Amino acid sequence: MHPGIIFFLVILGSVLFHIFTPWYWTDVASNWGSMDDTITLTFWVGGGVFIAVCLFMVYCVFKFSYKEGRRAEYKPEDKKLEKILTWATTLGVAALLAPGLIVWNQYINVPKNAIHIDVMAWQWGWQYRLPGEDGKLGSTKIKNINDNNPFGIILEDPNGKDDILIQSDVIHLKNNRPVKILLRSVDVLHNWYVPQFRAKMDAVPGVVTYYWFEPNKAGEYEVLCAEYCGVGHYGMRGRVFVKNEEDYKNWLQEQETFSDLIAKQEEIEFSKTKLAKK
Amino acid sequence: MSEDNNDKIIIQSQSSESISGGGSGSTTDIDYVRPAEVGDQDLYHGHSFITKWVFCQDAKVIGVQYFLLATFTGIIGLILSWLMRLQLGFPELASFMTAEHYYQFVTMHGMIMVVYFLTALFLGGFGNFLIPLMVGARDMVFPYLNMVSFWMFFIAVVVLLASFFVPGGPTGSGWTLYPPQSILEGTPGSGMGILLMCLSLILFVAGFTMGGLNYLITVLQARTRGMTLMRMPLTVWGIFTATVLAMLAFPALLVGSLMMSLDKILGTSFFMPTILQAGEVLEYGGGSPILFQHLFWFFGHPEVYIVALPAFGIISDLISVHSRKNIFGYRMMVWAIVVIGGLSFFVWAHHMYVSGMNPWFGFFFATTTLIIAVPTAMKVYNWVLTLWRGNIRLNTVMLWCLGFIVTFVNGGITGIFLGNVTVDVPLSDTYFVIAHFHMVMGIAPLMVIMGAVYHWFPLVTGRMLSEKLGKWHFWFTFLGAYSIYFPMHYLGFIGVPRRYFEMYDSPYVTSAVGMNEFISTAAFIVGAAQFILIYNIIKSLKTGKPAGKNPWQANSLEWLTPSVPPEHGNWGDRLPVVHRWPYDYSVPGAKEDFITQTTPPSDVTNSEVEKT
Repeated sequence: MHPGIIFFLVILGSVLFHIFTPWYWTDVASNWGSMDDTITLTFWVGGGVFIAVCLFMVYCVFKFSYKEGRRAEYKPEDKKLEKILTWATTLGVAALLAPGLIVWNQYINVPKNAIHIDVMAWQWGWQYRLPGEDGKLGSTKIKNINDNNPFGIILEDPNGKDDILIQSDVIHLKNNRPVKILLRSVDVLHNWYVPQFRAKMDAVPGVVTYYWFEPNKAGEYEVLCAEYCGVGHYGMRGRVFVKNEEDYKNWLQEQETFSDLIAKQEEIEFSKTKLAKK
Repeated sequence: MSEDNNDKIIIQSQSSESISGGGSGSTTDIDYVRPAEVGDQDLYHGHSFITKWVFCQDAKVIGVQYFLLATFTGIIGLILSWLMRLQLGFPELASFMTAEHYYQFVTMHGMIMVVYFLTALFLGGFGNFLIPLMVGARDMVFPYLNMVSFWMFFIAVVVLLASFFVPGGPTGSGWTLYPPQSILEGTPGSGMGILLMCLSLILFVAGFTMGGLNYLITVLQARTRGMTLMRMPLTVWGIFTATVLAMLAFPALLVGSLMMSLDKILGTSFFMPTILQAGEVLEYGGGSPILFQHLFWFFGHPEVYIVALPAFGIISDLISVHSRKNIFGYRMMVWAIVVIGGLSFFVWAHHMYVSGMNPWFGFFFATTTLIIAVPTAMKVYNWVLTLWRGNIRLNTVMLWCLGFIVTFVNGGITGIFLGNVTVDVPLSDTYFVIAHFHMVMGIAPLMVIMGAVYHWFPLVTGRMLSEKLGKWHFWFTFLGAYSIYFPMHYLGFIGVPRRYFEMYDSPYVTSAVGMNEFISTAAFIVGAAQFILIYNIIKSLKTGKPAGKNPWQANSLEWLTPSVPPEHGNWGDRLPVVHRWPYDYSVPGAKEDFITQTTPPSDVTNSEVEKT
């Protein structure tokens, strides 16, 4: 068989695979449909170039395969053609870059009404902290972390007292309300990633990183750690529930605040000393 | 070993009068080539088996040594990838494999393939063999240093492989070795494993610097008369520029490895902030894990081009020779190589869009990354335009070239996805990335290596490889590799994260099980198909068709040595003199469809050659 035919079938197969693939992205469940749009755009432009270049190659292979005695064309350069190709490529690349930068600008500028969520990662698990009624998260310090203060909140910080602590890998989010994910890690790199939300960012020990999204489809989603974090990496999962306003409120009310935790511990401490006195 | 003058051949430097080609009568001004500025080079000739084949100073032998050792480590890398694919496709058959093993295999596979296989093979292997021959030198300018370079590489490989046998095994931190996890207990091989890895890299860089200086100075200083820079084959341009990149990029890896070793051994905190491990605060503080990533990728991205540029150069020459046509837009090709090389130092943080670095960097690095697509695209256009109106021999070498074009364009375009910061966010850390970089810097360069092996094997050994076996090898490898990595992109679209030992029953990926089985099966076949090449080489060494001189009717100097395979010193008693670029194929008016670089203009008076 002429090799050109096989190369042609490879290109054709790639196109057919793309059209009929059962493997494609999950339905987007956040505001980042615009990311899907940039992928689609890149797909059309890039896919077009791929098909064009490969088909041209296949054509050349058929048309100009070796014949004894025939001479190839002798033409070292074609300034005009090279110029056209350079500018066309530059234009195509700019057309892909511009939307990318616009969406990136949205990605790094968080809306004012976003709920802040402290996502704390460790080897290998997640826990979450939400601001209390003051809408502010208390500041934290890794060295403060202990059994009585699982988030390492600085006790002197008044903002921390009413923080809502969720010592579980399950978090609920309010539908159609932007959230700012504030990532921190106590040990190594991690990454809080829900494929349906599209967005991700590494958690880095020593700094707080962030990203935001607005969930817009109620349901249950799986959280995956997307940055290699040691041997338990693949088991570092969590769950997110996106709920409507009422369910979200009910869930929130069941959660414990930092003051609750302190009070509970004092109670335990108190009964312990009482027991000791007896 | 005695080293008196009798052991050396002293060759008189040639004056311009004694070399004009075509007999005394036809000497005219058009054949004038500037006289040599310095005398010919003295070489040390080995006499014993040890000095000829082991501690050898002949760049050609060193090239073959690099090639064989790199191939040996590459086969280890291949076997590791089989084990990984076994786990991913058929976990029930891989019950012997723990997550620790899996991550160790992932790490060693990545590091071996990128550094110890591809880099060593392109620069150490092809660089050593081809540079002196292609520029018309007798050897590298520092043959002794060149020998030491190879043996440093040998020690680096020994240290690397030794880490399989130390307590805790090799490091399992991923080939990027990101701290803090690489030196903490949650990662396999975080003790001796990571230290041996760092040590091996340091040795590799030191050895590589010796070789690299040789390549650079040989290209700059030891070209033969008439071999101007703009008459060099693109292979030499690619290897030369890649070596410049390596000289500037590898130091970043070296200091990164050194600083990480200090963090591990002495408890410094270059990359280590305050950290909790198992509830205890470790004695680190104030360091930055992201700093390591900057150092790593400041090396790591140029590293991509350290592999790609020699591949670009070699493929240009192969396409030109076997299309019987000059490479289209030679000057554009040279400048594209140089520009890509320069730009490659300003794009590194596109590996770090979601690393937690200042997000404003995203704008800068997305822009530089997409700019680099322009010269790269120009190269692709020029390759296919070289085929246009050529006289294409559809032999094994050409098949590898065509395979390269398909896989490189495919991988290059998925690079535009990942380079464009927003598009990268959903795709980073997924199988899309794996598919992308395997296609563009695994399979595409491998196609070039294979094409180069089939092309230059006759020069190295004096015998041809079997075309029939070569074609089987090609189709298995190309179709197999393409069916591994093309569908793999779609796993990335689903969102399947990379570096997962298993997926459990994640709701997104139940549909991916079948694909993983398919990919693994293809991987086993492609890996096994490489043994066709090994068989072909062994068989052809004994019974291959004798190649004779210049079997491909090529123009460049390496085919024009007095004996095939070339002997030590390459050129007998006279250095070649170059009169033209290496791409005068199918020149109108010329008798043959090729005019070698040493043919003086007076020999081809009727031809209409462009002045080069």
